[in-house]
Amino acid sequence: MLGTIYALLFYVATALMVVGLAAKIRRYARTPAPLRIPTTPSPTTRKGVVLRMIREVVFFESLFKSNKWIWAFGWVFHMSMWLVLARHIRYFTFDVWWWVQIVQPFGTYAGFAMVAGLAGLWARRFLVERIRYISSPSDHLMLALIIGIGLSGLTMRFVAHTDIIAVKAFMLGLLRLRIGDLPADPFLMIHLGLVAILMIIFPISKLLHAPGLFFAPSRVQADNARDVRHVGRWDNEEGASRG
Amino acid sequence: MAEDIPNMEDALDIPCLKVGAMEGLKPFIAGADHQEALGFPGELVPNWKEKALEKMAEMAETNRAFQVYLDTCVKCGACTDKCHYFLGTGDPKNMPVARQDLLRSVYRRYFTFAGKYFPWLVGARDLTEDVLQEWYSYYHQCSECRRCSVFCPYGIDTAEITMAARDILAHVGIGQKYSNEIIGKVHTVGNNLGLPAKALGATLEDLEEDIEDETGVSVRIPLDEKGADILLVTPSADFFAEPHIDGLLGYAKVFHEAGVSWTVSSYASEAANFGLFIGNQDQMREVSLRIRKAAEDLGVKRIIFGECGHAWRVAYSFLDTLAGPFDFLDQNYPIPQHILEFTWDEIQKGTFKFDKSKNDHIRLTYHDSCNVARASRMGDEPGGQFEIPRNVIKSVCNNYFDMDRDTTRESTLCCGGGGGLLTDDLMDLRVKGASPRMTALQQVTEDHGVTHMAAICAICKTQFSKVMPKYGYDMDSILSVHQLVSNAIILTGQETDDAEEDND
Ligand code: SF4
Ligand code: SF4
Repeated sequence: MLGTIYALLFYVATALMVVGLAAKIRRYARTPAPLRIPTTPSPTTRKGVVLRMIREVVFFESLFKSNKWIWAFGWVFHMSMWLVLARHIRYFTFDVWWWVQIVQPFGTYAGFAMVAGLAGLWARRFLVERIRYISSPSDHLMLALIIGIGLSGLTMRFVAHTDIIAVKAFMLGLLRLRIGDLPADPFLMIHLGLVAILMIIFPISKLLHAPGLFFAPSRVQADNARDVRHVGRWDNEEGASRG
Repeated sequence: MAEDIPNMEDALDIPCLKVGAMEGLKPFIAGADHQEALGFPGELVPNWKEKALEKMAEMAETNRAFQVYLDTCVKCGACTDKCHYFLGTGDPKNMPVARQDLLRSVYRRYFTFAGKYFPWLVGARDLTEDVLQEWYSYYHQCSECRRCSVFCPYGIDTAEITMAARDILAHVGIGQKYSNEIIGKVHTVGNNLGLPAKALGATLEDLEEDIEDETGVSVRIPLDEKGADILLVTPSADFFAEPHIDGLLGYAKVFHEAGVSWTVSSYASEAANFGLFIGNQDQMREVSLRIRKAAEDLGVKRIIFGECGHAWRVAYSFLDTLAGPFDFLDQNYPIPQHILEFTWDEIQKGTFKFDKSKNDHIRLTYHDSCNVARASRMGDEPGGQFEIPRNVIKSVCNNYFDMDRDTTRESTLCCGGGGGLLTDDLMDLRVKGASPRMTALQQVTEDHGVTHMAAICAICKTQFSKVMPKYGYDMDSILSVHQLVSNAIILTGQETDDAEEDND
């Protein structure tokens, strides 16, 4: 019974996330950029832009220049999250891949760093007047949600172990469209439930910053206006009306 | 000193929030004549709400930046202390993200799932007349300077949101008098000042005489000369205002010494393009097309822009898109080219003879103008827009000192008067918005005895000559870069005796 509920929840959540994100990305990609607006100084070539974006994604370069506290908390949170996510791959593959095994110890403790980073970000929402001013309830809830995921996960790992073998069997079953049983462990219920919520709201919340970053004209356009003509809507409209 | 001047220790000091400090400050609203001349409704239309939302939907579909920026912000707060208007006023709605939120809250309410069904959760709100008024106020407290964009992890450019909001407002009948009136003048007369061709010709002749009196050399400032190689497009303030004119004399001397043929056009006697400020791309295009037409009619081979910040953004980044392709120009030169690129090229070739000591009475710093710094480039390398002006300055000036690195180059602070705010009805905002820059200037005055500041933007120059006196500087402490060139250059055949001493 529990297995069925969570199985359906995850199928629905996955579908909503994938379809929602695909629709958003498609929309971003199809919406024209009428003018060239890179924030300069900016790389002048495609290759330069790719390097810049790698620096943004890996190091949060602009944020580093901007605010060291937000950078420190945000960077620690995101990088830990990647480690934690990588560690979780072991529950979705029958044989654990070699690099997932290597990540395992780091990913385990990264859970703490992730929660610490999030806590830092949340504290700023209360302590820094400016950030308190711009925060809406959803900004607090988002942090609560992810911290909840982190804490429930850490609890299962370090305090109240869950039957992880059974969880893995359940997940492997899901991938093969076979609905198995899930241990009735409250922390597991919370953990998986919050993850499903996160997946569902991904395409309709500020989590869109993940795909959005790659479509922000100020960052991803090359500064080559004098070398490559940027064609706007006017060319197709009426080439003739030009004086 | 006036009591409303913010007292800052450091240029980037973060003020405590003063909620509502700048509430209700509004520039004059455009009258029906100024609105209708640009094809906007003369007054608030009865169905303004539908119209505004329609326009917003259209923007989301036709402008990727608008859509992505509204979706992507995570409210991290990194931009909150980056706006000079926030630093100068403490009004939280002048924090870039809060400024975006004025519009984002409405966008969310009508165009996103969360805002439609859970408005309280995501801070979504209905569009009301009060909201329109709030937009009009705070979207005219943004100079579209892009400083926030540099520091946002996603590059979110509040200037884009400001432009969108102003465009929506104009479309429902609430335009800004200052900008719309000026654009109207460009359409009818050819420049912001409304200076007709005849008067322009007379002015240029006077200036030619001035140069001859000063140097003994006859230097021409040609107008509407068919067959000239270069069309110079420069802000009309260069013909009339101080210290802009001295910059124009500098261009003339540079062209003269380089031995090129050039001309100004009376039809396109304006580099400024306020279509950018009001966020209306079609207006921006119409103004741009005048430059194309002038270039075609005069049969020039090159287009060079004078010292103007936003004009260089429009020229460098948009001209080719809006009014190109320029296949009739000589493709061996950058299209378009900045006067500083031209001058720096010639300096490197050794074309000019300079007497740097002519600028020895000046201890100089340089103000990077927003639109040049963050929305364009000079030369072949990224950042050339910072190096080339400094290179030229150092070639003609012995005493040069940079301001704090956190307030120059891509981090430069706006003069406080850009983006269509250079109007007397916003003087309070202009003075406060200038305070971070003024504080950085006072710092180099203390540390290095700096007396003057140079800039390459007509708006910066006018703004500074107005606000610098409030911060303890003379109004002529702001200089054109080409004014310094003009001071130091020794024209071929110029009598070089130092008999006539400087009289300032
Ligand atoms: S820095 Fe960017 S993402 Fe962060 S609050 Fe400002 S606009 Fe939003
Ligand atoms: S563009 Fe400039 S003036 Fe406008 S919000 Fe950003 S920093 Fe402030």
